[in-house]
Amino acid sequence: MKTIFEISITGRSGMQLPEPIGQESELEDTRAELDLPELSELDVIRHYTKLSKRAFGVDDGFYPLGSCTMKYNPRINEAMTMLSDITSFHPWQDPEDSQGSLEIIHRVEEYLHEATGFPALTLEPAAGSHGELTAVMMMKAYHQDRGDTKRTKIIIPDSAHGTNPATVTMCGYETVQIDSNEQGGVDVEKLKEIVDDECVGMMLTIPNTLGLFDPNILEISRILHDNGALLYMDGANLNAILGIVKPANMGVDLMHINLHKTFSTPHGGGGPGGGFVGCTSDLEPYLPAQRVEKNGEKYDLVSKKEKSIGRVRAFYSNFGVIVRALTYMTRLGKEGTYRIGRYATLNANYIKAHLKDHYHLPFPQHCMHEVVFSDKNQERYHVSTMDIAKRLLDFGYHPPTIYFPLIVHGALMIEPTESESKQTIDEFITAMLQIANEAEQQPATLHDAPHNMVVRRVDAVKAARNPVIVCNTCCT
Amino acid sequence: MPYIPHTDLETEEMLEAIGVKAVEDLFEAVPSELIEREEFDLPSGLSEQETSALIRSIAAKNNNAPISFLGGGFYNHYIPEHVTNLGTRSEFFTAYTPYQPEVSQGILQALFEYQTMMTRLTALDATNASMYDGSSATGETCLMVSDITRRKTILVGRNVHPQYREVMQTYCDGKDLTLVEVPFDAETGKIDMNELGNLLTEDVGGIFVQSPNFFGVVEDMKAVSQLAHEKEALSIQVITEALSLGLLTPPGENDVDIAVGEGQSFGIPIGGGGPSFGFLACTEKYMRRLPGRIAGETEDTEGKLAYVLTLQAREQHIRREKAGSNICTNQTLFAIRALIYLASMGKKLGDLASLNHQNAVHFQKKLSEKGWDRVFSASFFNEFVVDANDAGVLSRLKEQGIAGGLDLGKLYPELNGKLLVCVTEMNTSSHMDAYLSQL
Repeated sequence: MKTIFEISITGRSGMQLPEPIGQESELEDTRAELDLPELSELDVIRHYTKLSKRAFGVDDGFYPLGSCTMKYNPRINEAMTMLSDITSFHPWQDPEDSQGSLEIIHRVEEYLHEATGFPALTLEPAAGSHGELTAVMMMKAYHQDRGDTKRTKIIIPDSAHGTNPATVTMCGYETVQIDSNEQGGVDVEKLKEIVDDECVGMMLTIPNTLGLFDPNILEISRILHDNGALLYMDGANLNAILGIVKPANMGVDLMHINLHKTFSTPHGGGGPGGGFVGCTSDLEPYLPAQRVEKNGEKYDLVSKKEKSIGRVRAFYSNFGVIVRALTYMTRLGKEGTYRIGRYATLNANYIKAHLKDHYHLPFPQHCMHEVVFSDKNQERYHVSTMDIAKRLLDFGYHPPTIYFPLIVHGALMIEPTESESKQTIDEFITAMLQIANEAEQQPATLHDAPHNMVVRRVDAVKAARNPVIVCNTCCT
Repeated sequence: MPYIPHTDLETEEMLEAIGVKAVEDLFEAVPSELIEREEFDLPSGLSEQETSALIRSIAAKNNNAPISFLGGGFYNHYIPEHVTNLGTRSEFFTAYTPYQPEVSQGILQALFEYQTMMTRLTALDATNASMYDGSSATGETCLMVSDITRRKTILVGRNVHPQYREVMQTYCDGKDLTLVEVPFDAETGKIDMNELGNLLTEDVGGIFVQSPNFFGVVEDMKAVSQLAHEKEALSIQVITEALSLGLLTPPGENDVDIAVGEGQSFGIPIGGGGPSFGFLACTEKYMRRLPGRIAGETEDTEGKLAYVLTLQAREQHIRREKAGSNICTNQTLFAIRALIYLASMGKKLGDLASLNHQNAVHFQKKLSEKGWDRVFSASFFNEFVVDANDAGVLSRLKEQGIAGGLDLGKLYPELNGKLLVCVTEMNTSSHMDAYLSQL
């Protein structure tokens, strides 16, 4: 399919601008050319409608992409962000003229206080990884404020997302990896050996990327605290435990959540997201400085700069994501909140029960919101996780997350979310069983998959070898 | 139950298939004292109708001005209906990062086109598929610059957006970098080139200059780049009003190494400051040092043109602690929306930028006739600073439904009583007359 630059016709335009009010310019230094395409409005509409049909979203079909929580995105959430009271809210307008927006932020905070158990929090991070960064910066500020400058190491399980160690490096710290035990959890004995007075803390995903809740969580937090280290919870998987466990009760000192995942902002082809960091009162002074406070019936925007890490994002961050979250939280209420983690877990275990005899299951215990299989059973037919994933495309499914977590060779990580019905999941199970059968009977079908997409299997290696990242067709 | 489709019967069937009696039996790994067995202390869920009414009633407590002369990082521009319409197609907004290229060619091609648009606008060679926003992208760029140059000091103009400078400070603190502020020339409003020269020591990795700067003034980026390069430091141009790229000499032609900024002006509503998207572009030399996603061209097994996420060896999911950044999501939805806006605007983007500038010049002169002096002498793009010498004027304007500008006193004590006024294509002559009538 041609790019927008290749369909440009010199001299065409679909835009008509108002007449300028003044004629005078005081700029001398202006650009000579602007190599942008020339198209009619209909040209643009056809082109991007066509591109949209070459994309696949939750609306198009089941999207069990593990660790990404691809749940249904209610349209009411979108409608609320399009209200003119929201879209024309300028971030520099006075707080007294922004009472509605401040109330929205405050209401989301109130919900999250209750759902996570943390007394203090911020909604300033713009995404989950941005929340991680905020949290590790807070850990750094906490130790430095106490004069405890010897601490430079952060412990991270080998099952963690890459964002965890990358965040550690961004904060000038060093990652110490801890291997998982045979049950997929933290090896508590090893933890005892490596925690010392140089340890900043631990970054722990709960439940972890294997979809497992670590039964030793209380002991883990005790070991860290006994050594003056902090327990940071990566809340990427909050959807698993929402309504079941309050993170603050597990001895967690601070956590991030991906507001967009659990609270149903559409993932937008890779963003926008939204972040949240919740913490204990000990860590409260280090939160980003800008806070919303309710005083009587009035909402104030206050700045608590003294010990704060400062600011991680301009203005009110991804405010539109906060509006969506409030809309979703309002719909859920206490009844829905109670059920989210329970039904997400039910769906994942149902898939596990039906596929465990056909796909290798490295950890047999009950999982939480997602289940991780591997391609070990298919290896003997020379069929890989990649082949299984590509074949799922032919059946109209988005594949699960593949080759992650790294500690499971050929991992297939399936997260159904609570919004999927039993019928959808049964159909998916049927497809997975057929693929397992094909692997045995006709592996070539899998090797050649996908068969009915707009392109066949794409060569990622070639792209990286000689990177072409922009179109070279001129529009002049 | 909204959004959870299970009937009681289905729940029973599923539990039976799993081999447990109740959902709680699945939580055997969770210490039992941690399990919440009651509903939380939250209100009951509402119907969609009630939810809509509630959210509308809260949002209505905002007192947004129908006529706005506010800018300062987020701008009031016209958004063509079809841009919103296409940009909210659910295939785009309910998808995720295009990890599976065969089913994501539309999003990947759109990102490829977006990258092309941004490199053309900035006259630079390479860019990623967008960042969270302008401020955090600028923070990330501090780390990128330090990584490239192996130097630990960053210079930033005091006339860079104050909240961007706060974010830069946070990122620099995290990585133990030193951020040094360069004063601006009180007469021109431009960065003080003499002071910049004095502060440019051997340990400076890069100079961050915003142009048009926070006062709307256009900087001499060529001179900044030359100064930076003499000391083997990088020249970084920060841009909060992306529309200026349609008219001003682009960063690449001023020998800027990295351009970073906010893309909201390209078809995205103001909405409290986000979500929108940040952009980050650089010369080819630094392409492999960019954080974030990048889409690239390749082939499928039959040799057909295809797109895929590329250069992933830079990124956290491959390099882990050796990655330059932890960023994973970009802001695809808004990068695509900006792409659609730019594709629609095409070469007329230059005319729109000129129109903004001319209207701003016109209004500045009208204010001047009323005795509101222009504070800085250097040329501006579509916002400017005036000496209002009238403490109550913003309140009077507000009563008429006009946001008259940003009072700079809170951000710059030395500019107490001065207003930052922004004029775009949205400000008609009747808006201007209404404003002037209150002076």
